[in-house]
Amino acid sequence: MKLIVENMAIERGGQEIVSDISFELHSGDALIVKGENGSGKSTTLRGISGLLPLAGGRVELFDETGKQFEGEMREYCHYLGHQNAMKPALSVRENLEFWQQFCGNPELTVEEALDEVDLLHTIDLPFHYLSAGQKRRVSIARLMVSDRPVWILDEPTSGLDSQSVNVFTGICHAFCDDGGILIAATHLPLGIETEKILEISN
Amino acid sequence: MLALLKREIKLSVRAGGGALTGVLFFLVVVTVFPFAVGPDTRLLSHLAPAILWIGALLASLLGLDRLFAQDREDGSLDVIVMQSHMLAVTIFVKAFAHWLVTGLPLVLATPVFGVMLNLSGLGIAATMVSLLAGTPAISFIGAVGAAVSVKLPRGGMLISILVLPLVIPVLIFGVGAITGALEDPAPFTAPFLFLCAITLFTSVLGPLAASVMLRHSAD
Repeated sequence: MKLIVENMAIERGGQEIVSDISFELHSGDALIVKGENGSGKSTTLRGISGLLPLAGGRVELFDETGKQFEGEMREYCHYLGHQNAMKPALSVRENLEFWQQFCGNPELTVEEALDEVDLLHTIDLPFHYLSAGQKRRVSIARLMVSDRPVWILDEPTSGLDSQSVNVFTGICHAFCDDGGILIAATHLPLGIETEKILEISN
Repeated sequence: MLALLKREIKLSVRAGGGALTGVLFFLVVVTVFPFAVGPDTRLLSHLAPAILWIGALLASLLGLDRLFAQDREDGSLDVIVMQSHMLAVTIFVKAFAHWLVTGLPLVLATPVFGVMLNLSGLGIAATMVSLLAGTPAISFIGAVGAAVSVKLPRGGMLISILVLPLVIPVLIFGVGAITGALEDPAPFTAPFLFLCAITLFTSVLGPLAASVMLRHSAD
């Protein structure tokens, strides 16, 4: 599997936010997006995930045989933004079960995914009972309930304590070892061998 | 898609969901009319179809502002937009769920309110049928308004202003059908079929228009 981003440019309100972003990632690669606050990290990630229209360039995903994936790129990506995409009124189980059914391609069960982030005991609690860090861990569990070859994570470790960060890096390692492609905007090194770094400056 | 429908209904009946606010608002609107019109039962039963339809129309607009705005606030909308193979189908399901929790209860509550307005048995039946056929259109048209104003804080007022002119045909044919059933020379079938046509038409066009809006309003 191969992800190619070539000369990507994104405009917002007629102003170019990022331009000339090019990189190539293969199965098992991780890309860390770095840059100052407001330099366009989130914009870049949203552009790759197809949530923002590109002003120029291309983002394409190819399989092992060099054939382009069918349909839209965004359907092959998991996106974890600043918000957790969970409903406070529903329980943790209901939230994760919904995303599993909505996204399709089930991978881990809800129980297994929650166990990975050490939150199995909260499964029947309403989501708004959890602390900020626990909420973040549940949204990391969302990435594991459905199978997607590409993970795009925007500040995934915000609100996590150091122990949870270790758990999270472990999850990222396992994902890349399985042949996934990971793109993350984070200040923490993930320690993945094939880690590349993309610096964004304005 | 069934999962989405289940989630939407669950959310609306949980705390802060507001499933019953539509019916309660309907109750308030219908209750104040006799006080304003006076105790003339003949006049009241003559006005009843219009009162019931206006009440249903206003009640259906409630909660429309939250159709997408709430999902946007907690980040769900990004994931929904990304993972939907056909976004229009997803929006259809969301609008349909909105109708199930706001429109359908109005239809079911109509007999009670019909009696309050001195409406005959036939009139109540005709009102229920015309509300059942017409109120889904309000949700489908409303989805477009909700998609347009998704980025605006407190977009509720804007949605009403955008949506109300578009649902006037629904109101005309809805009340027309009830009048047709109650008064002899006026036809029932023609306005009722128009009403059904509007609902079918908007059930396709509304979600499509809303999906284009949502795709372009991502930020």
